[in-house]
Amino acid sequence: MPESASPYSKKVMDHFVNPRNMGEIADATVVADVGNPACGDMMRLYLKIENGIIVDAKFKTFGCGAAIATSSMLTEMLKGKSLEDAKSISNQAVAEALDGLPPVKMHCSVMAEEALIKALEQYNRSQEQKPDSFEV
Amino acid sequence: MQPDAQRDIYFDHAATTPVDSRVVEAMLPYFAERFGNPSSHVHSKGVEANQELDQSRASVARLINAPTETIIFTSGATEANNLAIRGHLEANQERGKHLIISEIEHYSVINLCLKLKREGYDLTLLPVDELGLVHPDKLHAAMRRDTALISIQHASSEIGTIQNIKELAAIARETGVFFHSDAAASAGNIPVDVVDLGVDALTVSAHNFYGPKGVGALYLRPGAKLEAQIIGGFQERGYRSGTENLAGIVGMAKAAELALAEMPQRREHLTGLQKRLWNGLAQKYEFLHFTGHPSQRLPGHVSFWMEYIEGESLLLFLNVYGIQTASGSACASNMRGQNEHDLAASHVLTAVGVPAEYCSGSLTVSLGKDNTANEVDYFLQIFPQVVERLLAMSPLWADKLKGKNPYQ
Repeated sequence: MPESASPYSKKVMDHFVNPRNMGEIADATVVADVGNPACGDMMRLYLKIENGIIVDAKFKTFGCGAAIATSSMLTEMLKGKSLEDAKSISNQAVAEALDGLPPVKMHCSVMAEEALIKALEQYNRSQEQKPDSFEV
Repeated sequence: MQPDAQRDIYFDHAATTPVDSRVVEAMLPYFAERFGNPSSHVHSKGVEANQELDQSRASVARLINAPTETIIFTSGATEANNLAIRGHLEANQERGKHLIISEIEHYSVINLCLKLKREGYDLTLLPVDELGLVHPDKLHAAMRRDTALISIQHASSEIGTIQNIKELAAIARETGVFFHSDAAASAGNIPVDVVDLGVDALTVSAHNFYGPKGVGALYLRPGAKLEAQIIGGFQERGYRSGTENLAGIVGMAKAAELALAEMPQRREHLTGLQKRLWNGLAQKYEFLHFTGHPSQRLPGHVSFWMEYIEGESLLLFLNVYGIQTASGSACASNMRGQNEHDLAASHVLTAVGVPAEYCSGSLTVSLGKDNTANEVDYFLQIFPQVVERLLAMSPLWADKLKGKNPYQ
């Protein structure tokens, strides 16, 4: 890909142009939607969770370059993490991993964090509803 | 045609135009050789500068068919709009406290008038129809006995629509209300004749027709009064103090001469490219919607919005392929802002009835005199690839493919 002058860091542009883990997980354990089209961004996060480990993470995002790049980076950071470790991933951590975002775009990283929180909450709720499951 | 890393295609002439090389050449002597101050009336350098200032004023006046002495040079369109509006109100306080502008004015008109409203003026924002036109009957209905000023832009840089200013100004004239038109997007690109239009004041911007940034002009009808907004010496008949930006003014004059001489060819060329682009996009996507007037629009201007994809990511991706365009999307609105509260969807798109949830997918492609058919073809080649990639990422598109309405 050519390098054009951009308001974003090289890393953001890399994740925007070549997003990692973009797509859907057919047998996802949880799917979380955050944002809405009226706000100009929306993220859908898919997680596959096995034995307390996020074995796969994918996303689909409608939004600006920062929204797409933070979605991509979040899924990279989540893959292979335990649920406990995943909980501690903040929006700042995602933004830092992308070598920063313009101040006006920090809310896009908040959307990624919100998607993660929502997905984990959904997962916890689903576990509470299945007391007889064999969760290790 | 493949994505080309070396491409540098500028399709954002509504934002600004490159300075024509002939304009640069005309300006160069005015930095180090003919650097005189036009106010130094007596010595050679000053006299020379003053003569050049007069000649430049005549050239800019000719562009809009105005008498030479009606031209006031400013630092650009924003200052000219401020001078016309606040300057008129301050000089004619007996006229009343009511202002009328359209909903789709430039920020230099809208934000000024909102400030005037906070200062005690009544403000009417005239709606536009879905093609972006202000209707004369709406203006007629909005007028009051205490209406002091009407300001309606000549053409929109965002949706391309050209207003029927002649008809609107005639309504103002019936009751002697001061009528100003911001012609920043149109002057130098389409014929603008202040006598024919019947306006009292009109704003011109140099950098929108291949002149330099930082210089513009206000036409003020003979006999009309203004209160200066920049106070100092006696430059520009006292309407605008400060030593003249002579190099910039010379550049504006040269750009005006070229625009006037070359306008028929430029318009023909741009209308051809516009048609090529429009036809290439129309019927390709059922979720692409053109904005603005289909025929009464700026030459070379194509604007639209799309469902399912967001404008900033569209701009960013096109830029990766060397194509530079603009968007009225909130996310692309103010990259230098402090936080997301500095982002807002375009008031112009909202005014022409684009629902907020779709505003984010807007794109404005504004072609210039030096663009080529080959560049338009490259755009038409790249655009579907970019759209396809963004659709693949879009959860809204995924829902739509599954038969759901993602906007509900």
